[in-house]
Amino acid sequence: MALHTGRGFAAINYPIGMNLGGDPSQALVHANPDGKFTVALSAIDLGQGMKSVTRQIAAETLGVPVEDVYVDTADSDTGPHDMGSFASRGTHRMGNAVIMAAKEARSVMLDAAAEELEVDPADLVTDGRGNIHVKGAPSRSITTMAAAQAAQFKQGRTIAGRGIFLIPLSEVDPDTGEMTPVSTFAHAAMLVTVEVDDETGEVTVTDMQSAYEVGRALNPRLVEQQLRGGAWMGMSHAAWETTEPYYPARDHGPVDFNSYIMPGPGDLAPHHISVLERPAADGPYGGKGPGEMCANPVLPAVVNAVFDAVGVRIDELPVTPEKVLRALQAQGGAKPRRRL
Amino acid sequence: MTDMVGGNMFEMRKEFFRDERDDNLNEVGKPTRRQDIPGHVTGRSPFFDDHLFDGLLHMRCVRSPHHHARLRRIDTAEAEKMPGVVRILQGRDVPRNLNTLLSLLDFGIDDEPLLSDTKVAYKGEPVAAVIAQTEAQARAAVQKVRVEWDPLPHVLDVEEAIKPGAPVVLDIYPNNKFVYHGKYDHQKLRFGDVEAAFRGADHIVEGRYQMSPIEQAPIETCGAIAAPEQNDRYVCYTSTQGLFFSLGTASKVLTMPSSRLHFIGGTVGGGFGGKVDSIHEPLAILGAMLTGRAVKYAWDREEEMQVGAPRGAERWYLKDGVMRDGRIVARKFTGYFDSGAYTRLSSYAIIKGVGHLPGPYTIPNVYADVYCVYTNRTPATAMRGFGITAVDFAIETHMDKVADVVGMNPIDLRILNAYRDGDMKAHRRIAKNCALIECAQVVAQKAGVTLSPALAAAASTRDGGGARAALPAFTATDEGGRVSGFKSTNYAKKGGRQPDMPGVPAYQSPRTAPPTPNPSPQGGGEPTPPPATPVRTGAMRFSSLSGFRRR
Repeated sequence: MALHTGRGFAAINYPIGMNLGGDPSQALVHANPDGKFTVALSAIDLGQGMKSVTRQIAAETLGVPVEDVYVDTADSDTGPHDMGSFASRGTHRMGNAVIMAAKEARSVMLDAAAEELEVDPADLVTDGRGNIHVKGAPSRSITTMAAAQAAQFKQGRTIAGRGIFLIPLSEVDPDTGEMTPVSTFAHAAMLVTVEVDDETGEVTVTDMQSAYEVGRALNPRLVEQQLRGGAWMGMSHAAWETTEPYYPARDHGPVDFNSYIMPGPGDLAPHHISVLERPAADGPYGGKGPGEMCANPVLPAVVNAVFDAVGVRIDELPVTPEKVLRALQAQGGAKPRRRL
Repeated sequence: MTDMVGGNMFEMRKEFFRDERDDNLNEVGKPTRRQDIPGHVTGRSPFFDDHLFDGLLHMRCVRSPHHHARLRRIDTAEAEKMPGVVRILQGRDVPRNLNTLLSLLDFGIDDEPLLSDTKVAYKGEPVAAVIAQTEAQARAAVQKVRVEWDPLPHVLDVEEAIKPGAPVVLDIYPNNKFVYHGKYDHQKLRFGDVEAAFRGADHIVEGRYQMSPIEQAPIETCGAIAAPEQNDRYVCYTSTQGLFFSLGTASKVLTMPSSRLHFIGGTVGGGFGGKVDSIHEPLAILGAMLTGRAVKYAWDREEEMQVGAPRGAERWYLKDGVMRDGRIVARKFTGYFDSGAYTRLSSYAIIKGVGHLPGPYTIPNVYADVYCVYTNRTPATAMRGFGITAVDFAIETHMDKVADVVGMNPIDLRILNAYRDGDMKAHRRIAKNCALIECAQVVAQKAGVTLSPALAAAASTRDGGGARAALPAFTATDEGGRVSGFKSTNYAKKGGRQPDMPGVPAYQSPRTAPPTPNPSPQGGGEPTPPPATPVRTGAMRFSSLSGFRRR
């Protein structure tokens, strides 16, 4: 009886901003008289960082510091229409809606500043630190706060903007499946190392090496959090969890986290992540949305690694000790492949 | 940016695609701390369940113990006498007790009651909802609701369910299969001629893959708290993942204009796809309408795991035609999505999945038949990677088999077949913005895997397009799985009869005849005055005037 080590590989792509319903997202942006901005959305922050990433996008587009922007979501009385955070559409759809709204608000802010500085608004730029100045002449400047005050109390302008992002509904051909399902894809590759115990059938993931291409990483920390958590979830799908252990029978269904088995802190494998950025033409600042795809390569990589380690293929998830032992028995013991 | 925490390395590989980016932005690309993190780490961020009201009532459902059964009778007499019970809801109390989630996108036929009143099609299906002063009282009263069942034969396996003579799960769809485009009982993908290509291939590699059902497992279970607001509106605090998905669904099944609904959410304790189904919001609001008091409806962990819709199981059959040098010349898929007893979102995920085939590879002949199958199981719904995760598991496990058959390094095989900018994809659009090759190369390098020199030098931006951009000269099409009696103008709309109408008259629309709230034993809630203004329809409103807003 022995522990066998194996390595498995998988590579995937993932459709971002599914477009079969044509559903758009809307955003509203407005400034207080002191130049602080509120972004009103109906998007949901599930923990993925919806509020934070739209806040950075709004600040970038407005040309103000991120501390000057607050994202308010989701109250149906104040936030405009949005179907929700799913199908990797949040960052892509809502990010673009926020850009459109912020551009409109920025344009009014620059008009207000131009009137105060007595220049053409087309000659103005923002420094991202709360100042608006004439291109090439930083001394001819006004703060965003002063511009907002002038707009409110002198000029009677509303520094506000409306945004929507819509890619019209894609028809689907019934006979060939011709369609435009999405506008961009994210990518990933993953190599995992496992140890398989041929006495107990237990599979332990001991190492993960990955590369994820996510378009622009709008916030690298949030990207890392998604990828790390998502890979953990993929590992759990591969070798731990299911609501029906003997699918399609409904018996032995778990009812709590004692019987619904997931990897704990002691089961986590080190995960070495490399992020590549190939901006998407229609993504907000090129961003794609890493949230959904990050689990996907882990499932097949684990199954392929088990094959590499002991020569059995488990084509039905999850890879439980019972399935591994039965397969080893049928094969007449472990037959390591060591191809990678 | 490269750093290492606890054996975990994280690096940005800025050298790739550098000329396609401007890296000098002010805020985008910065590791800015989350806006909401102080509230989260100090335990002060308000989630739906933090909005507790005086006299809050609790709802628990009476559920089917059978996989499939007719409902003969529901007797609530004993349960109504239980301590703390305020009201027991049944299907007849729901203004429009039939819905399909994607009707908001005009996709599919209404098929699922909020509270079933004629038959149940899965174990755990709700048939009544008890509203009581405490959760414990609601649980106790649920045990006293007597239901007379006529059990029916059931089917749990997707391939059993589509055999002739299988028990009928959902009678509006023939042979337990969703209807696509009013035309076929599956979604087709046809690109080139796989059968001809199989004949010319050096190897045929076949496989069968089974994805398991999975629980989304958010820390916060699904739930909603609804309460009458002043001015004849209802506020609903919810854990939903889709604010207007849930608002639109509630508006439809309660026949109430959106202007009378005030939904507040946005801070959610994990979703992963399991908080789209919009079951809690309409039931909690209906409870508030009929009692005049605040009502909470939330799942416990057992319900979350067994009644809450899981990631559906999928079964995939793959067949590849492969040349000796590793080039894949044909790939054929047959897929079965286990939708469970109702459609929810599975029909849609299949189209998403079909648009994804054959994975990130340029294969000149591709074929797929993918079925949305009804079984007597908990309905499936979205989960992270919906429509893609299971078929990627199938594709990438299959790729490993192909590598084994042709005796190739598995990473080399992926790069050899990878799609590149300018290639024609099977859904007949040109690939762009590709990066599979680079991801594979980076991983090979990190893991010390030696690639063949040509593939180590390959790039997504080179050697694509040209002949690889061409549509197939010939595509084999067929009329297999043809159905009749459905309108062909839409994804799935059935012609003639409208199966969602019969459920309506049992209860008058609240805008014409608002329900009289039951006086609660505690005398807690004030009845809602009937609306005097005429009904207005139109776009969603943006007013922010609400004295009931609590955050």
